[in-house]
Parts: sequence; structure tokens; C-alpha cells
Amino acid sequence: MSPVVHLLLRQLRAPMLVLIVAYAVAILGMVLMPGVKDDGSEWHMDFFHAFYFVSYMATTIGFGEIPYPFSAAQRLWAVISVYLTVVAWFYAIGKIVALVQDATLRQVFAERRFMRAVRNLTDPFYIVVGYGQTGALLVESLVKHGRHVVVVDKDAERINNLALRDLPLYVPTLCADPSLPDVLKMAGLRRPNCKALVALAGAGTVNLHLAISAKLLNPRVRVICRSESQSIADNMASFNTDHIIDPFDTFSRRLFTALHSPCLDTLYSWLTGRGMLGEPLDPPHGKWILCGYGRFGKALYRRLQAEGIETVVIEATPEKTGWPEGDAECVKGRGTEAVTLEEAGVREAVGIVAGTDDDTNNLSILMTAGMLNPDLFMVARQNRHTNAELFKTFDPDVVVENSRILADRIRLLLATPLLLEFLAAVRHSGERRAREYTAGLGGLLGEAVPEVCEISIGDNDTPAVARALRAERKVCLDDILRSFRDRRRNLPAVALFLARDRDRVLSPDGGAPLRCGDRLLFCGVRGFFERMRWGLLRDEVLDYLIEGKPTRTFLISREGRT
Amino acid sequence: MNPAKVAFGFFIVLAMTLNFGFFIGDIDNPDHHHVYELFAAIVVNLIATVLKLGERSHIGATLLASSLVADLQLVAGAVIWGIAEHVSGIGLTPGVTASIVSLAGGAMLANIVSVVLLVIDTVMLNR
Repeated sequence: MSPVVHLLLRQLRAPMLVLIVAYAVAILGMVLMPGVKDDGSEWHMDFFHAFYFVSYMATTIGFGEIPYPFSAAQRLWAVISVYLTVVAWFYAIGKIVALVQDATLRQVFAERRFMRAVRNLTDPFYIVVGYGQTGALLVESLVKHGRHVVVVDKDAERINNLALRDLPLYVPTLCADPSLPDVLKMAGLRRPNCKALVALAGAGTVNLHLAISAKLLNPRVRVICRSESQSIADNMASFNTDHIIDPFDTFSRRLFTALHSPCLDTLYSWLTGRGMLGEPLDPPHGKWILCGYGRFGKALYRRLQAEGIETVVIEATPEKTGWPEGDAECVKGRGTEAVTLEEAGVREAVGIVAGTDDDTNNLSILMTAGMLNPDLFMVARQNRHTNAELFKTFDPDVVVENSRILADRIRLLLATPLLLEFLAAVRHSGERRAREYTAGLGGLLGEAVPEVCEISIGDNDTPAVARALRAERKVCLDDILRSFRDRRRNLPAVALFLARDRDRVLSPDGGAPLRCGDRLLFCGVRGFFERMRWGLLRDEVLDYLIEGKPTRTFLISREGRT
Repeated sequence: MNPAKVAFGFFIVLAMTLNFGFFIGDIDNPDHHHVYELFAAIVVNLIATVLKLGERSHIGATLLASSLVADLQLVAGAVIWGIAEHVSGIGLTPGVTASIVSLAGGAMLANIVSVVLLVIDTVMLNR
């Protein structure tokens, strides 16, 4: 039993003692008081009847005077007993109700419920610490992709918010201080099916603490941390934190991708399920205005400078943020007034980035700039998820939403890390390659958001293929992409990427044989993976796909599914 | 001196002595076993039980268990008494008295265990 339960039992002592003593006095008194029978002779109540009488008197039920009408002495004692026992009851009940509502006790019960829920999770799950904007978006997208999540946050209000969300899977939540190792253990950090811990708690030092505790408690678990400061990030890296995410670097890279390689950006949003595979944006070349030179502005400025794009910086408080080095053009001001924008040369500029950490200012900057120069290419930074409606109505060319970008990136790291490697490889081979992909994939799969999945050839994901490979049979990529209903037809899916040992292959060759340990990234029309799994899981289906020998109708069963 | 310990020890020993007082006498003679004494024994036993609630030590848990045993036996005796007198109406025959007193005897054993445990606890404390 936990110490809290002992403490509560101890607190129950006083009310129970009061009740016992009140009853004892009342019962004894009833026995001692002389009564008068109908025939005038004296009688005394026995203990049984006295207990009966006191029981219904103390609870204010009151059946009356039995077995004979009371004498004056008995009534006198009954009056005293009523006040004695009824008050004792009120006191005891009040105390017990207060104990049940006790915050510590409720926390104990909440922890028990949480631990039971975590124990009952048999599928792999992730622990998300910190349910802020990013945490909320991350949990939502993970759960929508069928992944189990456990959430810990210090803030009760945020936890209540989660309870109000209509999520397709049950998400166990606990409101507790995550920097306590016990809380992490309760969240299932040491369970074999715990795959990763995502630290999104507010302060950087808390995340650092989480990362180090997680690595010590269970070195096998992947740890993904948000860190906004370089020194903390270095500290995290020193003990093998798997991924350290700098939010400002992430947003600025994403925004830079949108401006610099629009095809790659379209591919990225399409594959991550954030947009249709439409015509890529065409950001103009020329002078850009960057409003806000905070951490985000600096990260973006560095990237723009590296590409040799002419940039004018507008910053309201340069004494705090500092100016860019060298002979860069800078204007002091908020950017929300026409004067500042004119001074920065808004009429000759081709594009403007409203990148301050205030949504109202960002919208105001864009509206003012739009009046001065209607042809501007507009990029807005959206800080708060709740402002989505405003940005949607205003409709700038590009909206970068901090928390969504961060949440998407973490989800990819957790669920399909190969997709990130694929995108990096495409970025590396240049914008032309990205254009080929957008055109090619769009023609093959249509423009709707695709299903992306990652498998690794082995006993876990693909037992049938692993068995065939052990039997020295040749299994090609094309084989597993065939339809199990008719092997002459292909599933509406494409293999995007192959990772084998240290090699990384873009669009791997369909005729090449697979090997155990290969990791593959597929992308296809929604629902294709469910069909592809038949061949990966069941030997007779795989035989049909490879050799085309007509087999008996497949028994439709769910056995062998993982 | 810890006043809580005084009350604790007082009620445990009083529970045993009252229980003994009720138990002593011819086992089947109702005149030797007074109902007031049984009532007092039950009340004091209940108080002793409540005082042991929430003890965290192992000896505290054992004390609570032995006390619950005593309560159970005494209450069972009281229920038999009530049934014999009022429900079945056979009154305190030697047989009924014997079963009530033997139940109280069992309760006394449990109370003796309580007192022994209390003594052990005190001795251990002094070391």
C-alpha cells in the first residue's frame, strides 16, 4: 500500500473513534434508563433493543418507541443521545467525504489507473512528455496513424484538454512532474514495447533532464528532444540522445525549402499528408524583406545569405537581437507601419517574410505590405495553432506553422525515419530530381494524399519473405508489389527508397533481389499496404506472387498478422 | 512519553482484561458472565482496532489482524446471545452460554497475542 493510503487510514481514526464512543454511551444509557411497562412494572431495555433503537435514532430514521412507550427517564436519555450520535455522524460523514475528495488520494488513484492502462498496452508505444501545441499536434497525428501514445504533462489543464479531444485510440495520460524518474517508469519507459520518448516540455533544461533519465533508465529507447539552445543541444548529444530538434532551425529550413526548392517542398507536404500534389509554387527572384530577426529570423537569414539572395532585415528591437554582420541592409522598426516598409524598399521587393513571434504583427505586416505592393510574394509565420482560421482567410502564398512543422518532423522520425532520409537524398540530388518525382508520382498515384510506409525485410515485418530468403529463393521488389488477386497487375504503389547496410538507393530497381535486413520505403494509394501485407505475411500468397503457380483460394483469415 | 502510545497500550491491555473478566467463570453458567462486561469488551476492542488503522510497520499490521480477529469473535458471541434471547427465544441455556463464552475465549487468545506483540514492540524499541 502506498504511504498516502496509510495516511488516509490514520485520518479515519478520529471520526471512527467518535462514532464508536457516541454509540457506546448512547446504548449503555438506554440500557440503564428505567422504563415502565403497560402494567406499571419497571423494565430495562436489553442491549439488543438498545442497539436497534440507537441505530435508527442516530441515522435520523426514527421508527418510534419500542417495545413499550418510553418512560420520562428514557425520553430524557433519548434526547441527549440524539444530539450526541447525530452530531457524531455528521462529523464522520463530513470527514470521510473530505478524505475522498483529497487531492493526494485522487492523485494516487489517477496514477494507479494510468499504470494499469500502460500495462495493458501490448502494441509498441511512444511516450510524449509535454502536451503543448506541438505535443497536441504530434499526439493527434500519431494516433491517427494508428500508433499508441502515452502522455505526461505537469499542467492539469493541458491534460484536461486532451481528454476533450476525440482521438481514435485511447491515450493514457498522467498529470505529474515528468522530471521524477518514478513518473517516467510509471509511463512505461522500461517496458519492452516502449519505443521512444519525445521530450517537448517547455524549458530546455527539463528536456535535458528527461533525455538523461530516459537514457539511464532504458538505453534501448530512442530519445527525441526539443532544444532551443546550442549548449543544451551539445550536452544532449554527449550522451547519445538520438535526435535533437531545434525548432527554429527546423522552421527556417522548411521555409527555405519552400522558397528555394518548391518542388521538393510540394513533395514533402504531399508525402507527409499535408497537401495535394499540385503545381509547385513559383517564388520570384529578387530582393526579399525579412521581418523579425529573432532566433527564427537569424536561422532563415543565414540560409538566404548562403544562397546569395538579397535580403533586407526589419527588426523592432535590434539592441536585443543584434544586427546581421557585414554590410547587410537593416531597418529598425516593427514592419507593421508603412514608413518602415517603404524604408526597406517594399516597392522594389519581390517577396516578404513576416517572421516575428507575434501572429497579430505578422498579419499586420503582410496586410500593410500588400497595400503598398500587391504583387509581393507573401510568407507568414504562424505561431499559434488557434489562429489557423485567420491565416487561412488572409491566404498568404506560404504559411509556416511552427508547431505543425515540428510535430510532423517528429512523427516522421518516429514512424517512418526512412522518409526523412529519402527527402534528404532527393534534396541532395537537386531540384530537378524533385520535379521528376512530383511529376512521376502524380501521374502514377494521383494527386490525393498517399499512404507512406516503411518495412524492413525480416521476421517481424515480413515473415513470409524472410522464410523464402532463408530457403535461398529469389524475391524481387517487383514480386511484393504485385496484386495478390492477379499477379499480372501491380499494386498502386511505388518503392521510393532502399536502405541496405550503408547504401542508400533512390527508386530502387524492381528486378533486383531483396536481402534480409533491407529497409524499404513505399508510397501508394491509400489502403495499398493492407493488400501488400498478404504477400509479406503468408507463404502461399508469396509463392503465387513469385512463381505464379495457381493456388487454392486463400483462406481469408487474420492469423499471422502482426 | 508519547501520549498516543499511552492511549494505544491502554486500550489494548484494557481490551484483554475486560475480555478475560467476561470469560472467567463456569463455561455454561450464565450467572458468571455478565452482559455489561461483554458490551464493554466489544466497545474497547473496536476502539483498539481503530487505533491500529494506518500503522505502517509490520508489527502494526499484525496487531491490526489480531484485533480484527478478537472483534469478529466477540461480535459473533453477541449475535448468538441476541438470537438466543430475542429471535429463537430459547434463552441462555447452558449450551448457548458455553458457545458464547468459548467464542469470547477465542477472542481473548487474539487479545493476548496483541499484548504479546505490544510487549515485543516495546522491547525492540529499547534496544
